[in-house]
Amino acid sequence: MDNLWLIIIGMGIVTYLPRIFPLALLKDMKFPPFLKRFFEFVPYTILTSLIFPGILTSVEHIEAAVMGFITAILLSLFRVNIIVVVLGSIIAVYITNILL
Amino acid sequence: MKNHFLKGIKAGIPIAIGYIPIAITFGLLAESYNIPNHISIMMSLLVFAGASQFVAINLIISGVSPFEIILTTFIVNFRHFLMSASLSQRLDKVSNKILPFLAVGVTDEAFSLSALEKKQKINPSYLLGLGLIGYAAWNIGTMIGLLLALSIPQIIQDSMGIALYAMFIGILVPNIKNSKPIFIIVLIAITISLIINYSLHLSSGWTIIITTIIASFIGAIIYPKERDING
Repeated sequence: MDNLWLIIIGMGIVTYLPRIFPLALLKDMKFPPFLKRFFEFVPYTILTSLIFPGILTSVEHIEAAVMGFITAILLSLFRVNIIVVVLGSIIAVYITNILL
Repeated sequence: MKNHFLKGIKAGIPIAIGYIPIAITFGLLAESYNIPNHISIMMSLLVFAGASQFVAINLIISGVSPFEIILTTFIVNFRHFLMSASLSQRLDKVSNKILPFLAVGVTDEAFSLSALEKKQKINPSYLLGLGLIGYAAWNIGTMIGLLLALSIPQIIQDSMGIALYAMFIGILVPNIKNSKPIFIIVLIAITISLIINYSLHLSSGWTIIITTIIASFIGAIIYPKERDING
């Protein structure tokens, strides 16, 4: 069971280092224009790759996932509060699950 | 400063709503596999990274070696390196005292919310508030899950699985609507991500890292000028 402590401490270290290092070392540095531009796109590309393809397997049935996805897109287009997007999408998955 | 901090807490409420059911599920899962409670609680406190914690529980009960579990965690969570580097260029003046705490809060959700704020500079107190409410929700949720030790109806638990993805969509879509370059780059990123995942069969950790690097690189080449992004 000592192994479990080793595992969580190791996990904590390898998760924390990538979080702190760039912030600590790069914050006073000015990136060249291309790199700056690269990092301006990172939020959008990372969000996209967090959504696809993970969302398709986020719930048991892919049909329910697709309904949740479509609901989230439609609600976000109407610029409602983000909580409404989240709850609406959960409800859409729940209803689809009942119907399946 | 206090004002920004409270703003961050408020902005983080949707994150907390997304985290709690997932954290409860994590607690329930760990409990059902007989992982000691103090280990599950410490894992949430020390690691604070959802997907990798679920993966770790699975690997632990499969008897995988500590080295492999730690290496897998590193790969799954290395995307935070890109987020942290991106934030480093946008963060307002920050004291070295709060930086270690800020870094704890660099998660997919807090990063996405703060990086897509309209303002060019991100206030450190705001980011701290955003991180703190997520951290609190994650750890309280874990403990609730361990204490409950009863099963939430499967159908409700399953429906909650979409929560964080819905939040990502809610953050991303308004930006796509406003900018053609972002729309194009998002389409490119979707394509790359699907190709990497389905034809190369790489893990989601690698898929996210490689997709982000290639698609952002293409973005910087096609749209090299600042004004392109909103035009």
